[in-house]
Amino acid sequence: MTFYGYRRPDGRVGVRNKILILPASVCASDTTRIISQQVEGSVTFNNQQGCSQVGPDQQLTMDVMAGYAANPNIYGTVVVSLGCENCQMDLVVKAIQERTNKPLEQVIIQEAGGTLKAVEIAVRYARQMAAEASLLQKEEFPISELIVGTECGGSDPTSGLAANPAIGAMSDLLVEAGGTSILSETSEFIGAEHILARRAVSKEVHDRIYEITSNFEKHFHLVGEDVRAGNPSPGNKAGGITTLEEKSLGCIHKGGHSPISAVYDYGKQVESKQGLVIMDTPGNDPASVAAMAAGGAQIVVFSSGRGSPVGSPIVPVVKITGNKLTFAKMEDNIDFNAAPLIYGEKTVEQLGQELLQMVVETACGKQTKAEALGFTETAIARLCNYV
Amino acid sequence: MNAMIIDPKDNVAVAIEPIAAGDTVTYLAQGESVTLTAAQDITIYHKLATRAIAQGEPVVKYGEHIGIATAPIAAGAHVHVHNVVSPQEDRQAKE
Repeated sequence: MTFYGYRRPDGRVGVRNKILILPASVCASDTTRIISQQVEGSVTFNNQQGCSQVGPDQQLTMDVMAGYAANPNIYGTVVVSLGCENCQMDLVVKAIQERTNKPLEQVIIQEAGGTLKAVEIAVRYARQMAAEASLLQKEEFPISELIVGTECGGSDPTSGLAANPAIGAMSDLLVEAGGTSILSETSEFIGAEHILARRAVSKEVHDRIYEITSNFEKHFHLVGEDVRAGNPSPGNKAGGITTLEEKSLGCIHKGGHSPISAVYDYGKQVESKQGLVIMDTPGNDPASVAAMAAGGAQIVVFSSGRGSPVGSPIVPVVKITGNKLTFAKMEDNIDFNAAPLIYGEKTVEQLGQELLQMVVETACGKQTKAEALGFTETAIARLCNYV
Repeated sequence: MNAMIIDPKDNVAVAIEPIAAGDTVTYLAQGESVTLTAAQDITIYHKLATRAIAQGEPVVKYGEHIGIATAPIAAGAHVHVHNVVSPQEDRQAKE
């Protein structure tokens, strides 16, 4: 199978061709909104972080910013900073240049002389980039160039029965074709980490799976919470979930049955043609999707029993539900219906094929429901309160 | 069709509509229709045993051990927190 995408100067392949107006901190986020409104073909998002953070938190923010700019769906980036934030312009620029050699411009609001002057400079940079980007022609690539992130949120019992198994079948087909699939949401592995660890290709990957789940549990302990004690929740049990293992298995089914070849930290750059990999992300959907987009995923496939609207400024997010009522009720938000698996009308193999077809069509340019609505939710994982 | 299994190795099926005691339960296993009789009322999305499960035997869903039976479970009976505990295999694997 092949798709038509955009070749980048760093060798990666994108499925969209956007200009990113990147706010280096919360203090630049409203300015980037004004800039982006003036430039057709540009995207931006609300960056809640970028200042008053402890070191490890600032690193998470830097990784998401650099990863967003380096994502192959982005033609080039205009970084806009206030000037005095912790995520200083030179640090952000250096982090981006460590990942990519794509077009990059910078505007510092305090140096430009305020919001309006900064907006004018940034709009001129971004318009120039958008004009250059519009000249780029699509080329044909094998689907082994695709990195697809997988996510689940707003889950209900149908997520584990149909939507996640369908994503798993798609993931296995993509891996067979030489592509890369990312399994995320470490907090949801807890209770099933031994099953994932069994599928690791090496002792190192096996140990890393235990390490990231154990670190997540320790993190909860720091604030006096025990994931295992309250899980499955009373609501889960009323819905038919008996043990934490059962709950976690429903979630990790998104990763199909392929061997696990690597474990990546939050937002770090994922190599292509890796097969199935894990990224250490929280269960919070926008924060997990952001990390996979920062890792270079060109598309995310996202299951939701209840019906989640979440999108991304960087990647098309394909929504899938196993709940026939949700599909009927929230058709403006959901792209793919996996309910036929529950009722025996289609097999998981058929749904996996159909979902892969939708991923390839999306790669070729078909708008997802979240794209059509212009959704750009971004959250960045954090470890500590603001300083 | 009022139930489903996820993996051929599973010994529990999931009700995809409310099932009453004495109802015929029908699910697909590798394309073949299988039937049994519900021993109890089964709430939608709850599990029932597709065959007798002995006390101490693993309960299998998704092809994996999701729990251990704490009492003998008859075919068609409700499988939930009253007769299953977590296998805690992940902790054993680590130790």
